[in-house]
Amino acid sequence: MTVVAKSSLIGKRIPKMDAPEKAAGKTRYVQDINLPGQLIGKILRTDRVHARIVSIDTAAAKALPGVYAVLTAADIPKRGLGVNKDNPPLKGDKVRTIRDEIAAVAAETEEIALEALKLIKVVYEDLPILADPRQSTQPGAPVIQDAKPDNIAMTFDYAHGDVAQGEKESDVVVESEFYLHYVTHCCMGVSGIIADFEPTSGNLTLYSNTQVPFLHKREFSEVLGMDPGRIRIIQPPIGGGFGSKLDIYPFEPIAVYLAKAARRPVKLVFTREEEFLASPTRQPALCRLRSGAKKDGTLTFRAVDILLDNGGYTSWGATIPFVMMQTFSSLYRVPHCLFHTKAVYSNNPYAGSFRGYGNLQATFTVEQHMDMLAEKLGLDPLAIRMKNAQESGEVTGQGMVFTSCGFKECLTTAASRSDFARKFTDYAQQQSKPGNKKRGIGLAAMIHVGGGAKIYPSDGCGTILKMDDFGHVTIMTGASEIGQGSETVLAQLVCEELGLPLDAVSVVNNDTEVTPWDVGVHASRTTFIAGNSAIGAARKAKDKILNAAAKVTNMTADQLEMRGGFVVRAADGEMVMPLPKLLRSLHFSDKAELVMTTHYYEPSSVHQDKKFMGNVSATYAWAAQICEIEVDTDTGIVTLEKVTAAHDVGRVLNRMGLEGQIEGGIVMGQGYALTEDLMVRQGKVLNPGFRDYKLVTAPEIPEMDISFIESMDGEGPQGAKGVGEAPAICMAAAIANAIHNATGVRLTRLPFSPENVYRALVTAKGGVVE
Amino acid sequence: MSLTVEIRFTLNGSPTRAAVPPGLTALAMLRDIVGLTGTKYGCGEGECGACTILVDGLSVNSCLMFAVECDGRAITTVEGLAADPANDRLRDAFVEEGGVQCGFCTPGMIVQSKYLLSQHPHPSHEQIRRGLEGNLCRCTGYKKIIEAVAKAAEGTP
Repeated sequence: MTVVAKSSLIGKRIPKMDAPEKAAGKTRYVQDINLPGQLIGKILRTDRVHARIVSIDTAAAKALPGVYAVLTAADIPKRGLGVNKDNPPLKGDKVRTIRDEIAAVAAETEEIALEALKLIKVVYEDLPILADPRQSTQPGAPVIQDAKPDNIAMTFDYAHGDVAQGEKESDVVVESEFYLHYVTHCCMGVSGIIADFEPTSGNLTLYSNTQVPFLHKREFSEVLGMDPGRIRIIQPPIGGGFGSKLDIYPFEPIAVYLAKAARRPVKLVFTREEEFLASPTRQPALCRLRSGAKKDGTLTFRAVDILLDNGGYTSWGATIPFVMMQTFSSLYRVPHCLFHTKAVYSNNPYAGSFRGYGNLQATFTVEQHMDMLAEKLGLDPLAIRMKNAQESGEVTGQGMVFTSCGFKECLTTAASRSDFARKFTDYAQQQSKPGNKKRGIGLAAMIHVGGGAKIYPSDGCGTILKMDDFGHVTIMTGASEIGQGSETVLAQLVCEELGLPLDAVSVVNNDTEVTPWDVGVHASRTTFIAGNSAIGAARKAKDKILNAAAKVTNMTADQLEMRGGFVVRAADGEMVMPLPKLLRSLHFSDKAELVMTTHYYEPSSVHQDKKFMGNVSATYAWAAQICEIEVDTDTGIVTLEKVTAAHDVGRVLNRMGLEGQIEGGIVMGQGYALTEDLMVRQGKVLNPGFRDYKLVTAPEIPEMDISFIESMDGEGPQGAKGVGEAPAICMAAAIANAIHNATGVRLTRLPFSPENVYRALVTAKGGVVE
Repeated sequence: MSLTVEIRFTLNGSPTRAAVPPGLTALAMLRDIVGLTGTKYGCGEGECGACTILVDGLSVNSCLMFAVECDGRAITTVEGLAADPANDRLRDAFVEEGGVQCGFCTPGMIVQSKYLLSQHPHPSHEQIRRGLEGNLCRCTGYKKIIEAVAKAAEGTP
């Protein structure tokens, strides 16, 4: 008797499948791909912030040898990009931001293309600059977009309960104004695209970094006026996404128009300076928050008024209130909530989506208010959160349904592992002691979608699965890989169903001609949605295999199982036959069959109604993060010493991949709080480079203690939830609370740069900083 | 077109000749003339380390070096490291410790780690952190990269 032991890859540390190639320098990103006959595309950007374009003279550029196409707005259809369709790829009438695209060139070499750009003469007539969003709706403010004379790009309003009643019931009320600054994604791989038309059919192939290939087909078809069925998007491996590649941006159709005009493939890749200037930012925000609580700490109400600087054009940044409101309405039980946001046009850069999608901003304000309420009430920060924390079974005022909820366990785990209560008291007592080095500890918690987000008409993902005659499985998934490790998790999930080792599965995820539809890699959705889709396809394959095996073994399918590459007897694991042998017997017979299956998974969530009510995600991720810091009160330097994080991840699938997501998110959150600051002054970006835009480097990372709370979500793949965005969300709030614990000073403006911290500390003592 | 200068150098152990414009960077030569795209452009101003190569055994940002300066020198890129089995331990450590996510910084990290280990065969964690200071990564938060270098150093004689 040969018994095949049961084995599982779930929860193990699985190296990322594409890591060996990447570590050998073999991986070809879009920057590394060159097509025969390819030209280099370059964009002329304006050096004005707000100006009318009087004339553009491209004659000299066109005459330069080696130049194949020079385009301006006059040469392309007048269609806008983005959420409000207000962003034409090339600007013809006026420029609204420093990053605006005026003309584009395709040439034999980069050198010639850059030379041609210098030969283009643009005459402007400067217009008054609108640089402060607080001025955007004032009478007489310059109008940025003619279609929106009031300068309001978008508003979001949400309410449940009656905040006036909540205020009456309150024993304490706090109110603050918070300012959240510009930061940007800084993907290590800069933006790029290659556009290539097939000569006779006119079909278009794009080599693109997009995170949403299937949505992109439609976006491209709208702007190009082209049948979406004739657009193929190939995604070479992507050098980082973090939300930056969710929208269509001017450079992409520009490359297509250049390729069309030149009748040659065109590759257009940004410089790092362009990446800073012309890729989206995280949405800056000015947030006024009023919160109340009863003596025992029970929350009574929240009233929120947020002004978003929309910049010159509307991308996804304007829609972050959709996520922000979830934190205000539903992180804790709040009986009364009133939420208003307004995104207003200005001559500043525009924001896109960025890991966390508004939740870093919302959590920064809510979690500081939790500490402020606690302080007023004489409660400790953990107690007030535990008092109001959501639990399994809750349905919130916004209609969000919490099936699995490990929130309280996240709070208590992080608190006990960091010795929070003792340190919080000790550090507070040491505030007034002499010395310039003050230690502090701060807590913040968060909720984020963890089971997709039903925003588009469908939030689903398709999988095609095929098996060859030797037992090798290939899955073709719509899900995009941007470095987060989705391909490895999907392979693990398929292996779990089919009882196969990891090297028996390949994942194809990079070509819209091959893979079925998926809404894109965003909203922390890929493990959950694409994972469930892959499981569905694998289960259908398993059914087929076990039914075939039943026929040749005189057993029933439910008496059989798949393990270690064999069909085995379920009861005792006795080997029945090797899987490849069964597959061949199925294939090479008179009724020949192959094992090929498909599955489309759509989560159980619903579209929210016009009042933003409804369960938008199939499940929700929870976390608590505790930061320990040291503040040097002489210099304002804040050093992040340690982060204790507890995350409700549903279930650990790939422990190493999950740690990598949490660690990377923590350090990204650290950068948001402490070092990163895209300085925009009078519409100009002052620091478009890594020299002056400070990313966290290896010596600066904190000690990290990470715990996973396994709440085993009922709909999650093997119980898992999505957590890609979660780890970045709490950091700025936790550091703000830690600074208060260290110094007694409440900082409400990001970033906590030495200058800002020093100023705040001196000002709080009644001092003046020159 | 620009005039070119003929240079001779050793590239990943092999004698190589190239005709390069005087203003061309070593990075652009490697990527566009020689066709080795493992070395990445990240910033073009020596701030991110994605273009790190070894020049006579020293780590250099190839975006800040002229191609003509390669003349007479021994250049090693990530592809050269990958071809030598002596470096398998370093590559495997990056893979097994989770030091790779999007992978765009990885070639520079690997080359810089090779240099770091040549200077400190038994580095402390602090030496590793300092040694990787000039290489930016946006995905991993560095922890697993530091652990990968520490693992690669284990068992080094």
